[in-house]
Amino acid sequence: MKWNKKVVVRVLAIVLSYVLITVLLRMGLLNRQYTALLVPIGVNIMLAVSLNLVTGFLGELSLGHAGFMSIGAYAGALFTLNVNMPSGISILLAMIIGGVAAAVFGFLIGVPVLRLRGDYLAIVTLAFGEIIKSVLNALSFTNGARGLSKIPSYTNYEHYTLVFVVAVITVLVISNIVDSRHGRAVCSVRDNYIAAESIGISVSRFKILAFVIGAFFAGVAGVIYAHNVGIIKPTTFDYNKSIEILVIVVLGGMGSIKGSIIAAVILTALPELLRGADDLRMLLYSIALIVMMLFNQSGIRERIKGRIESSRKQKAGE
Amino acid sequence: MRMALLEVKNLGISFGGLKAVDNFNVSIEKGELYGLIGPNGAGKTTVFNLLTGVYQPNTGTMELDGVNLVGKSPSEICRSGIARTFQNIRLFKKLSVRDNVKVALHNDVEYSLLASIFRLPSYFSREKAMNEKSREILEVFGLEEYENSYAANLPYGKQRELEIARALATEPKLLLLDEPAAGMNPNETAELMETIKLIRDKFDITILLIEHDMKLVAGICERLTVLNFGTELASGETSEVLNDPKVITAYLGE
Ligand SMILES: Nc1ncnc2c1ncn2[C@@H]1O[C@H](COP(=O)(O)OP(=O)(O)OP(=O)(O)O)[C@@H](O)[C@H]1O
Ligand SMILES: [Mg+2]
Repeated sequence: MKWNKKVVVRVLAIVLSYVLITVLLRMGLLNRQYTALLVPIGVNIMLAVSLNLVTGFLGELSLGHAGFMSIGAYAGALFTLNVNMPSGISILLAMIIGGVAAAVFGFLIGVPVLRLRGDYLAIVTLAFGEIIKSVLNALSFTNGARGLSKIPSYTNYEHYTLVFVVAVITVLVISNIVDSRHGRAVCSVRDNYIAAESIGISVSRFKILAFVIGAFFAGVAGVIYAHNVGIIKPTTFDYNKSIEILVIVVLGGMGSIKGSIIAAVILTALPELLRGADDLRMLLYSIALIVMMLFNQSGIRERIKGRIESSRKQKAGE
Repeated sequence: MRMALLEVKNLGISFGGLKAVDNFNVSIEKGELYGLIGPNGAGKTTVFNLLTGVYQPNTGTMELDGVNLVGKSPSEICRSGIARTFQNIRLFKKLSVRDNVKVALHNDVEYSLLASIFRLPSYFSREKAMNEKSREILEVFGLEEYENSYAANLPYGKQRELEIARALATEPKLLLLDEPAAGMNPNETAELMETIKLIRDKFDITILLIEHDMKLVAGICERLTVLNFGTELASGETSEVLNDPKVITAYLGE
C-alpha cells in the first residue's frame, strides 16, 4: 500500500516536471537566459545527488567531487572529439566512458583513503581534486591550460529530454540503492562503523561502493556539462566547484535526495534570477544562502511539517 | 564430556605499559549463561573487544566451536558466530528501529546490487522476508510498536534492548552483552533478566555477559569469572564465586 503510493508520487513528479519543462519551452515562455539554465540544473542535480551518497549517506566529507566531474568531462569530450559517429550514439558512449573513467578514479582514491576518517579524508579528497586539475594542466592530449574547445554541442537545451532522462536515472538508481540492503549498510557505516563491523558489515566494501557510484554519476554529469558549454579548462573544475556542489547538498539536507534536487534547482537558477540586481547580486545570493540555511536549521521546517500533519490528522478525525 | 563452544587460553593484551588483560582463560559450554564481573577498569570490556576482533591479542588463543578467532576482523568474527552489544550504546541513530535490525540481517538475507538498482523480484521477496524476520525479533522485546521511529528517539532502556535485538538478528552462536542492565531501574532490570533467559532458550544460544548488578548476575548466571587488574581473581559456580572471600574483599565488599 505505502510502497505503491510512493511509486505513484514518484511517477507523477517525474511526468509533471517533464510536462512543465516541455510546455514552458514549446510555448516560448522562457527567454534564452532561462532555457540556458535547463541543462546546468540537470547537471547540478546529478552532482548533488551523487555527492549526497558519499557525504550524506556514507557520512564522509568529500571536497573533490569536481575532480570526478572533470575526469568524466575530459574523457567524454576527448571521445566525441575523436570519433565520427551519429551524435546520439556518440553522446551515449561518451557518458558511459566518462562515468566509468571517473568511477575508476573513485575506486583508486577510495582504496587508500579507507583508513582515513573525517577531516583527514576531507583533506585528501581536496588534494585529489587539485592534483587532477594540475595533471590536466600538464598533459598535452588534454591541451594543457587552454583545455578542450569546440566540443560538439550534444547536450544543449534542445536535448533536454536526454538530459532529463539521464538525471532521472541517476536519481532513481541512487535512491534505489539507498533504500536497499546495500544502502542500509552504507548508512550503518555512517552512524557507527564499529557497530556496523560488529554485525558483519564489511566497512571498506561499502565505503568503496559509495565512492565508486558517486564518482560514476559525477563523471556522467561532467560529460553532459562538457557537451553543453563546449569548452572545458582545468580551472573550471577547481575546489570552488566542489564547494558549490557541497553547498547544494548541505542546503538540501544531508541524506535527503529530494532536498538535493530542490536545492540544485534553486541554487542554479538563483544567480540568474538575481542578474537584474547587478552589483548586489553576490550579496543577495549569499544572504539567500544564509536565510535558507537558517530555515533548515532552526526547526521551522519541522514545525511546519508537524502542523500540516496534525491538521491532516484532525481532518481525518483521529 | 560436552565440547566447549568458546575456548580461550592465556589471552593477553597490553596498552603501552598497562597489561589490560593478562593470562585470561575461559571455557564456555553450549547453552550456558556465563558472567564476567569485576571492578571498574578490570579489563572486562577489553576481553569483549579481543573476542570480537576490535583488538588483536598479544598472547593466547581463542576458538569458537573449534575454529580459530585470532587474526580475524570484527565482521569476520560476526560471520563466524559471535555478536555483541556495547557498554556505550552504539545504535544506528538515524536509521529506524526496524532498519537497525534489518541491517543486521545483511549477510543472512541477500540480494545483489543489480536487484537493488532495478528492483528485481528478488529485492521484493527478500525485503519482505527481512521485514517479517525483523518484526519477529522486535516482538521478543516488545519493540514492534516503535518499528518506524528513529533509534535515537527510543527511551534509554529500549535502546539497550534494541542493541540486543540487532545482535540476535545476526544469528550468533555466542552473544556477548556488555552491561545490559546499566542505567535501568529495578523493574526494567527484572524484566531484562527474564528476557535474557528467554532469548537463550528461544534462540538456542550461549550468552556471556558483563554486569555490575549483582542481583542480575546471581539471578541468571550459571558460572562466573571475576577479573581484577586484568587477571582472573576467581571463577566457577556463581554461588561459590560470590561467597569467595577473595572476591568479597576485592570487589563485593566495602
Ligand atoms: N584502547 C585502549 N587504549 C589504552 N588503554 C585502554 C584501551 N582500552 C582499555 N584500556 C585500559 O584497559 C583497562 C581495562 O579497561 P576496560 O574498559 O576493559 O575495563 P572494564 O572492566 O570494562 O571497566 P568498566 O567496568 O568501567 O567498564 C583500563 O585501565 C583502560 O583504561
Ligand atoms: Mg567495560
